[in-house]
Amino acid sequence: MKFQKILSLGVLSAAMIAGTASADVRDIRIGVDVPYEPMEFRTPDGELTGFDIDLGNALCAEIGIQCEWVVQGWDGIIPGLKARKYDAIMSSMTINEQRREQVLFSDPYITPPSAWFAPADSEITTPDTESLDGKSIGVQRGTLQDNYVTDMYGDVADVNRYATADDMVLDMDAGRLDIAFLDFPIGKSTLIDSEAGDYKTVGETISEPVEYFGEGFGIAFRQRDGELAEAFNEALSTLKANGTYDEIEAKYFGE
Amino acid sequence: MIDLHGYGPRLFEGALITVELAVLSLLLAIVLGLATASAKMSRHWGLRQLGTLYTTVIRGVPDLVLMMLLFFGGQIGINMVTDWLYYQFDVDIFINVNEFVAGVVTIGLIFGAYMGETFRGAFMAVDSGQIEAGRAYGMRPWLVFRRIRFPQMMRHALPGLSNNWMVLLKTTALVSVIGLSDMVRVASEASKATREPFTFMIIVAAVYLLIASVSEWGFARLQKRYDIGYGEAN
Amino acid sequence: MDALMNWLEARLADNSIFTLQTLGYYGDGLVTTVQLVFLSLIIGVVLAVPLAIGRGSKKAWVRLPIFFYCYVFRGTPLLVQLYLIYYGVVFVEGIQETWLWVILEKPFVPALIAFTLNTGAYTTEIFRGAIKSTPRGEIEAARAYGMSWGLMMRRIVLPSAFRRALPAYGNEVIFMLHASAIASVVTLMDLTGAARFVYARFYAPFDAFLFVAAIYLCLTFSIIFFFRRLENRLLAHLRPAGH
Repeated sequence: MKFQKILSLGVLSAAMIAGTASADVRDIRIGVDVPYEPMEFRTPDGELTGFDIDLGNALCAEIGIQCEWVVQGWDGIIPGLKARKYDAIMSSMTINEQRREQVLFSDPYITPPSAWFAPADSEITTPDTESLDGKSIGVQRGTLQDNYVTDMYGDVADVNRYATADDMVLDMDAGRLDIAFLDFPIGKSTLIDSEAGDYKTVGETISEPVEYFGEGFGIAFRQRDGELAEAFNEALSTLKANGTYDEIEAKYFGE
Repeated sequence: MIDLHGYGPRLFEGALITVELAVLSLLLAIVLGLATASAKMSRHWGLRQLGTLYTTVIRGVPDLVLMMLLFFGGQIGINMVTDWLYYQFDVDIFINVNEFVAGVVTIGLIFGAYMGETFRGAFMAVDSGQIEAGRAYGMRPWLVFRRIRFPQMMRHALPGLSNNWMVLLKTTALVSVIGLSDMVRVASEASKATREPFTFMIIVAAVYLLIASVSEWGFARLQKRYDIGYGEAN
Repeated sequence: MDALMNWLEARLADNSIFTLQTLGYYGDGLVTTVQLVFLSLIIGVVLAVPLAIGRGSKKAWVRLPIFFYCYVFRGTPLLVQLYLIYYGVVFVEGIQETWLWVILEKPFVPALIAFTLNTGAYTTEIFRGAIKSTPRGEIEAARAYGMSWGLMMRRIVLPSAFRRALPAYGNEVIFMLHASAIASVVTLMDLTGAARFVYARFYAPFDAFLFVAAIYLCLTFSIIFFFRRLENRLLAHLRPAGH
């Protein structure tokens, strides 16, 4: 018992030293696009919540800085970072080569696949150029799912691009879309677990090829803020080691 | 009673943002409009051309496209300048363009062009005899402007001004597309989360109608004031 | 055609944003925008003529509903009207089972309905103003000839009212072109939709939006030019007498 206490004290002081060492890492603002349940969304009274928000706050607390969340539409989120409207993006952003040319990524903090979602009575079983011919596909504008669907099925299917995932769900409920291509946890939470309609996943979850689907979600920083990215990477491994990460994960993805 | 699912307070805040945005951009538009009208009536060829270029380009491109250009591109443009300053002179400044400021500037810039046309027509409608009379009294140009040209111009400009205001008010709805939480954005978020589009959008429509009706009434009263000295033919 | 494509491809070789694919999006967007604006204007005018006449009716049950329609559609943002119609039709009980759904399913028709109702309201007011300002002498002359109300409307009042309405209507056409930019919020790939796609994919706001702004500018100028020509021809009698 005593030994454990000493150990945790040691970890604490190590964290404090790390805190002072990165004293030049100032308080920062983090850009996020809502709603993207369960990763980031608002309660009716306007408060931000979700996996990214909780993890982000825990990371900031670990580093010992104040973090402020800035809501920004998805299609302006990278320009907003470059434009210094905020200092980091933590908004279910997949790490890929195309984005790496624009921003600096942290280590991946979660790696969810993408998946096809369709109404429960849909006849599509394996999405390919044949079964999707002439169908309406829903994606969120500017996401890797948009790029993938545009390049793979843009010529045969009707690709509908939405500003937010919620817009898409509304059209899905209305019967305007035959199928949607989304990050798996988002589709699960907004379509499968929702009360409004009856949905199912179609085919396998997809995380290949890497040129489209990248290496998981990362926190994005400006290229010149290497120190900041390093501080977040360190904090992330601490949270994974001390169980905080698992707690947050269980809160949003637990059964 | 209508069930707002707890979105009531945010909807109210959104309505306030809409009004603030509309009023501030109207003020900016009036200032820009006066400047443009003066430029277009100037003796300098360059100023006249500049005024014409501004009104032509702005009135030729959709509001939404201008808004996206200024909002997404504007900050990058400003940063190019500040980055250049940083590398050249080691001066590190940062100017932040938030959605609200971007909205005010864009809408102000757009309606400045329309106001410019309104004011130019109104200035030209002021009887030149009045201006000459002012000069004959030994008034300086600024005094002539304040006492004679401006009040008389306003009489002619008011109908156009009120028209521009009504259009401007409705244009504020577009800021919801670039991400500012005005009442349209709150309503669209709420209707998607609750899947009740009618409830929230009809409330928003009613608020717009209310603001429009109130301002119509206000402009009618103003017109009456500026019409003093002119008989009504009926 | 192939030669042209090859030439174009060579021109675009050292350009990562304006590829044949993205230019294709802009091209399709142009078609969608022009279709949407043109159709809504045509239907809007057809709607506006009887409404403008009815708006001046002595019977309150004719006049008031038209007044209310104009008041609501001119007093609220087109964006709100579009949201209401696009998302609203879905909530009509059982609509998914009827033939109507085939046309309402895609965003084009709901957008067209919203735009038509909107421009219809503005055009009604424009025509109403023009009809109201018909010189009294013309009406008295028509009556003196023993013309019926219908004949007078057809031969005297409407033709001269259309001419007077022309400048204001020209503005309405430009206004509609610009207003149509919001079609992209309900997933229509119009010109602005194409620009937003290119912007989101390449993070290049200047390229994406300046290019589309230039296209809109050209469209606006064409409309202005067309209406100038039309005014010159139709309003020739209003110009000061030539030498």
